[in-house]
Amino acid sequence: MQTTRTVPVASQMGMDQYAISDSRRLAGRALILLTSLGLAAIVLVQTLHAFAVIDLGFENWRPTLYASVVWATALGAGQVMIRGEAGHRALFLLPALLFTIAMVIFPTFFGIYIAFTDWNLSAFEGQKFNGLENFYTLIHDAYFWNALLNMVYYVLGVLVQYVIAFGLALLLNADIRARKFFRVAFLLPFMLSPVAVSWMIGKSLMEFRFGPLATLMRHLGWDNPAFFTTPWIARLSIMLLDAWVWLPFMMILLLAGLQALPKEIQEAAKVDGATPWQSFWQITFPLMLSVSVTAIVLRIIFQLKLADIVINTTSGGPGGATDTVSSFIFREYRDRSNVGYGTMVAEVYLIIIIVFVSLLLKFVGRWMRRENEA
Amino acid sequence: MTKASTPRTQPIDQRSIASLERLGFIGGRLLIYGTLLFWAFICLFPIYWTVTTSFKTAVNVTQGDIVPFIGRFMGDWRGWRSLGLSPDSIFEISTVRDEFLLRFENSLIVSTGGAIVAVIIGSLAAYGLSRFKYKFGPWRNKDISFFFLSQLLLPPVVLAMPFLVLYKELALLDNVIGLILIYTLTVLPIVIWIMRDQFDTIPIELEQAALVDGCSLWGAFFRIVMPIALPGMVAAFILAFVLCWNEYFFAALLTSTNAKTLPVMVASQTGSQGISWWSMAALSTAAIAPLILIGIFLEKYIVKGLTAGAVK
Repeated sequence: MQTTRTVPVASQMGMDQYAISDSRRLAGRALILLTSLGLAAIVLVQTLHAFAVIDLGFENWRPTLYASVVWATALGAGQVMIRGEAGHRALFLLPALLFTIAMVIFPTFFGIYIAFTDWNLSAFEGQKFNGLENFYTLIHDAYFWNALLNMVYYVLGVLVQYVIAFGLALLLNADIRARKFFRVAFLLPFMLSPVAVSWMIGKSLMEFRFGPLATLMRHLGWDNPAFFTTPWIARLSIMLLDAWVWLPFMMILLLAGLQALPKEIQEAAKVDGATPWQSFWQITFPLMLSVSVTAIVLRIIFQLKLADIVINTTSGGPGGATDTVSSFIFREYRDRSNVGYGTMVAEVYLIIIIVFVSLLLKFVGRWMRRENEA
Repeated sequence: MTKASTPRTQPIDQRSIASLERLGFIGGRLLIYGTLLFWAFICLFPIYWTVTTSFKTAVNVTQGDIVPFIGRFMGDWRGWRSLGLSPDSIFEISTVRDEFLLRFENSLIVSTGGAIVAVIIGSLAAYGLSRFKYKFGPWRNKDISFFFLSQLLLPPVVLAMPFLVLYKELALLDNVIGLILIYTLTVLPIVIWIMRDQFDTIPIELEQAALVDGCSLWGAFFRIVMPIALPGMVAAFILAFVLCWNEYFFAALLTSTNAKTLPVMVASQTGSQGISWWSMAALSTAAIAPLILIGIFLEKYIVKGLTAGAVK
């Protein structure tokens, strides 16, 4: 289905027939070449200036940025001049592609370089290369492994959220009144910024002295409702907060999946005398498998970035019990200005994420939708 | 006797079974609505609590008053006054209000800018990927799509430090343009994902007809395809806007005085222990109010954006 759609419209229509004159092609090539040379020259001058080889140069790298934009524009224009219709087609993709490459390539390479330096912003010396030193520190850093272990708990928490979200989606899909009200109400937590939620729930509802949730817990017989002082309770509290924000996301995906299910099958099962329990496990659940797996995988990918709530509610405490890798690195940057080590942790974490998600997709990918096209 | 009684008891039995079923049905309904209301309470109570706390005084906070206009809790403007947004202070000069409005404006500029740029270049790329066959070296459409989507995996921490250094060199630190660029990068994969799904559902024959009639490639895109895909673009824009508005990590690291956004201000206020609850609640309420409005009135688009591509 996909392939029939991606057949180039223009070539089917015979639009490529228009010949492009040699002079136009030449002008296009010249344009790209000239701007490339110009960009290279500016980069060279600025690099030499930065290393104090020559005096000539700009105050900062901003002009280089402008030159890159000019170069990208010229590249696009050149494509059209050289290749005509095909160039126009490339023009659809080029802005996003060049933008993403420009924004990602530099940080990736520069990040790898920083990771191998001893660089503390508050120290006097500035950066210096120290090879694998940061990596060895990381291997022996109990706080990092602790944060990584917490990530395992947080990711497992997604499965619990999935069960609740599925239940809520089933309820919303039932024949109920005021569905619009419930849908909006259930969606709202997802809209709020995690920073505000950290205060609203973590620091005020769950506040030890006056928070209503703490008061409720006292009435229920928990004498000392401190949500953030003992490791496991603190971790569970963070999971609760996180679930409050993110449940709507999975719920909406699952609800959309439920609404797309063919009604006939369920009705046929009902006629055949299947109990609701049977028809759920034997019909609804298997049909929802692909949506479920998609929702869980997407949610796990977002969960791996979990940071805002932890930073603003507990700062990783008590004793790192609620730390995520992201919040750990954030503190490394923010409080200790330890750029080199923090970046090494970030790069290692990125590799762990890539391996983990690749394995995840390998195992469950065949149940996902669009897996073969996206 | 038994023979005679059977015909009489049978209808009663049936009736009682029917009424039992009815009872079960009502019980089920009660259970469903009970659960729904319970969950709605869980979702809405924190919001209600925050909004009401912004009208509290110290005694209301320490006594844990919940319902306004009963007993002690008569409502007080002091939370909003500390923000300079209460009726009696709104026309006076207030540095806090100026600060708040500046942060609000920054958030608005950054989120709108990031979302617009992402929707423009993302829609173009999604359209290209949906309609044409590309070949950049060994890269085909599938690889390019995957390249864009894989950006979703990148945790902000990996980009944060290099961007700090890069922006310092580019004089983009503490600058809204710098934030717009990085927000565009973070929401671009989602926008491409949503728009690709949108364009895939538009029949290609429409553009073919336009091309036969002498329309250019861009003419066909702007005049034929875009009007049809507009709801999808709006959905992508709103979702991107909300994600940018709530972003905290990059804003906290890359801005200091000029370009600080609302979440950073909220976080810096909540971090300090001395600040009073009513002021914090007022600030939180003001910060989440636009999002609640979006959630109530544009829920359709949020749902459309979230479910695009994942479910068909």
